[in-house]
Amino acid sequence: MYDMKALYEALSVEDAIALRIEHPEAQIIAGGSDVLVQMREGRRAGKELISIYMIDALRGVSIDEAENLRIGSLTSFSHITRDPLIQRYCNVLGEAVDQVGSPQIRNVGTIGGNTCNGVTSADSASTLHAWEAIVELTGRGGVRRVPIKDFYIKAGTVDIKPDEIQTAILIPKASYENTCGHYIKYGLRNAMEIATLGCSVNVRLSADKQTIERCRIAYGVAGPVPMRCPSAEAVANGAKPTKALARDFARAVLDDINPRDSWRASKAFRQHIAVEMAKRALAESVKLAGGELA
Amino acid sequence: MSQYKLIHCTINGKEVEKMVDVRASLTDMLRDDYHLTSVKKGCEVGECGACNVLIDGEAFNSCIYLAVWAEGKHIETLEGLLSPEGELSDIQRSFVEETAIQCGFCIPGFIMTAVEILNTGKLYTDDQLRRLLSGHLCRCTGYENIFRAVKKTMYRRHGKPIDF
Repeated sequence: MYDMKALYEALSVEDAIALRIEHPEAQIIAGGSDVLVQMREGRRAGKELISIYMIDALRGVSIDEAENLRIGSLTSFSHITRDPLIQRYCNVLGEAVDQVGSPQIRNVGTIGGNTCNGVTSADSASTLHAWEAIVELTGRGGVRRVPIKDFYIKAGTVDIKPDEIQTAILIPKASYENTCGHYIKYGLRNAMEIATLGCSVNVRLSADKQTIERCRIAYGVAGPVPMRCPSAEAVANGAKPTKALARDFARAVLDDINPRDSWRASKAFRQHIAVEMAKRALAESVKLAGGELA
Repeated sequence: MSQYKLIHCTINGKEVEKMVDVRASLTDMLRDDYHLTSVKKGCEVGECGACNVLIDGEAFNSCIYLAVWAEGKHIETLEGLLSPEGELSDIQRSFVEETAIQCGFCIPGFIMTAVEILNTGKLYTDDQLRRLLSGHLCRCTGYENIFRAVKKTMYRRHGKPIDF
């Protein structure tokens, strides 16, 4: 038995919005792999919950009328990894969420929960930042769309209004077209592990594969919220994909990131692996895009 | 004040209907209401996999799954693997043959994950198989025999000779 005060179950987005307004103190629960654990630990004990888990309309991946890749917020990690549209347009996201927890956690955990927690270590977060994802929220007044970088306000806090729930994550066509990326998670063990550092890089190469037209890089656990690295991106954008470029690009991330000392790893160690991860993830991204570091 | 909800689902192929406390986990419901004691209470925070069951064919830690979410779902536990005559299934027989059992506490969870793995019909590499089994802890540390039992069943189902 969980120590919960009450459970309110939403069967539709409209239900969820009405329940949010009716019970402002209640916590939203999606797959529960964070909320229920925190309730067990006592951190959320005695609270009211609004369960949105049974809203099947929020599951699945599609291409919408504006050609955005649309991921319903309750789509589980394992379904994202197996989805043919994800594999075709944003395979790195499927690979990133395949490193969350364990197989059972990936069957229950949702991309919406992963982002709404607002934690920097979420395995989806760096890739969603690197692909400039848009967060769709639905509330009383209708739908609101927020760029993912603005959705994360500070550690543990995201931009959800009291009458809203997150309903989808969108990756615009301009972001996924002709783009290949790679995610590297550094953890102390291979399963049931929270990232010490996560690094997601993606590139778009010119037709002759001789120029990096666009490079994007984002980290998780390199600061209180997931972050992009504009200095490093500026080094790579428009450059020739060479080993020297990869080195300069990787060093430049140190101008952008701000990791901290924690029991998992020191700041100095995180800075050290951040450089190496950037270099490797860039090399792999270029390879996936059909090029090679000269 | 207690809050209850009427839930309809299928457990090991049988349609059931139960009034459940909304605070209950699926582990609580399966153990207390249906006496399916293969569903173990281990860590109760989704770390160890001892409470693992199949929901619509996918493996879930039932300790961090609310009982009310069982509505309309098909749930399978280790008890459901027995044939009507009480014969063990192929995966269970392999666990016996490979002595993949010490204290036995983690085994029902491991076997249900193995069922999900085997039902994909794929032939996995050793590394893939280890990764697919990574959501379970065996505190007797009997992982090697467990791994062999799953691998052996997978090879048998593919009609291939086993090569450890």
